[in-house]
Amino acid sequence: MEVAIRFEDLTLGYDRHPAVHHLDGEVESGALLAICGPNGAGKSTLLKGIAGTLAPLEGSIALPRVNPRDIAYLPQAADIDKTFPINVFDVVAMGLWKRCGPFGGISRNETSKIREAISAVGLDGFESRAIGTLSGGQLQRMLFARLLMQNATLILLDEPFTAIDSKTVADLLGLVARWHAEQRTVLVVSHDLDLVREYFPQTLLLAREAIARGKTETVLTPENLLKARAMIEAFDRDAHACARAA
Amino acid sequence: MQLHDLFIAPFAEFAFMRRALVGSLALAIAGPPLGVFLILRRMALTGDAMAHAILPGAALGYLAAGLSLGPMTIGGLAAGLIVAVGSGVVARTTILREDASLAAFYLISLALGVTIVSLRGSNIDLLHVLFGSVLALDDATLILLAAIASVTLIALAALYRPLVLETIDAGFLASVSRSGGVVQIMFLVLVVLNLVGGFQALGTLLAVGMMMLPAASARLITDDMTLMIAAASVLGMLAGYAGLIVSFHAGLPSGPLIILVAGLIYLLALIFGPAGGLLRRLKPGRHLEA
Repeated sequence: MEVAIRFEDLTLGYDRHPAVHHLDGEVESGALLAICGPNGAGKSTLLKGIAGTLAPLEGSIALPRVNPRDIAYLPQAADIDKTFPINVFDVVAMGLWKRCGPFGGISRNETSKIREAISAVGLDGFESRAIGTLSGGQLQRMLFARLLMQNATLILLDEPFTAIDSKTVADLLGLVARWHAEQRTVLVVSHDLDLVREYFPQTLLLAREAIARGKTETVLTPENLLKARAMIEAFDRDAHACARAA
Repeated sequence: MQLHDLFIAPFAEFAFMRRALVGSLALAIAGPPLGVFLILRRMALTGDAMAHAILPGAALGYLAAGLSLGPMTIGGLAAGLIVAVGSGVVARTTILREDASLAAFYLISLALGVTIVSLRGSNIDLLHVLFGSVLALDDATLILLAAIASVTLIALAALYRPLVLETIDAGFLASVSRSGGVVQIMFLVLVVLNLVGGFQALGTLLAVGMMMLPAASARLITDDMTLMIAAASVLGMLAGYAGLIVSFHAGLPSGPLIILVAGLIYLLALIFGPAGGLLRRLKPGRHLEA
């Protein structure tokens, strides 16, 4: 088994308060892993840490086989300025940044790839539509097309299926399955346990600390879920420094 | 009166009018495209704040060396850069957002400037610094304006793609590149550079007008980024030219007239602008089939 991500005594948080606490473990290369847990369990924080936008308070995240430039990260409710006058094609083309950078042109081959990606997410004919005119589901489809263009080996999706109709969810799950078949490592934060049980072979159940991990059916048991809910302690303004040995 | 007398003769006959025209055109080429980005980044008032931040530096240069280009430019540039970079760094490293940190910095800068001026105790006429002297541009100032326009256009071309990305989806740019912070600060540096150039010709306060009014007009005219930037420059140049003509024939101060013409263009765009102007909103026509 090749390791894609290794957590070593990882503590992530904000203003010294931990959101992910002393996490150890590994994610194997090519895994399709769901990250579940109650609100405030540190799921989004963990993805930020892996994507490199949040530095650990303690411990480390190692990506032995992944170039940081080969990570595609879709945050929860991506903070996109929908009033900016730009069309769907140009946003999807952003996914080529890794190759193009600030100056590189887009070849004819890449232009057709962008059209393919737009078509693959079911947005045929939307190429020249301004992003301000898209619905929530269409916007998410567009962002998945951008993910396709990023051609990343590690893909991090934070609640990508919330507030989206079932047809769109099914289409986007098809793309996730395709990435999995292409041996990419895919981590998806989701609170929809039925969806996770159906589509994700592996699950990490998080409640600041790892409650359980492994095959989804052995992780998402009533006992584990109950335990996860109990583990979420209240935020304590006057908490002492953590004394647990590193 | 013939058309030639109206539109060409003032420039053909008077060298100071030719200089004023060249200076205004140089300002109009580079400033308005920056204004377009300021508007799209919802930083339209940033230009105004930066102009206030520059003022004390320029006044300080004026106190130290009188009304000469070098010290006033350097003073203004230094004050503007400190505020721009300082507020950019604060916005990226603390909980304060850019608008709050910028407000804090420019207020400190302004207060400091006023204090320094009063320390000297001289009753100087700051009107000149405030409202510029577009009819008294010397060679050195023209070269400065032209240099600033050239540098700005080249730098904006280099920054264009990351700047657009940073504006639309800063999180995405941060996930694929570390350039976000540099881009943001470089952009503010360009704004400062153009405001410092503008205050030589139009004064600190009106320099902002040349940057923002053509840009706001262009935003109302088109939804296409490329066209918007081009339109902003063209409208700025038009305002510069028409403002000088009107001020010449009416015997009114030229700096404010240039901005008033730009304001008139803005009002027209506000009413007739095809990309979200008033008429378009009030009378959109019957709904379409799909």
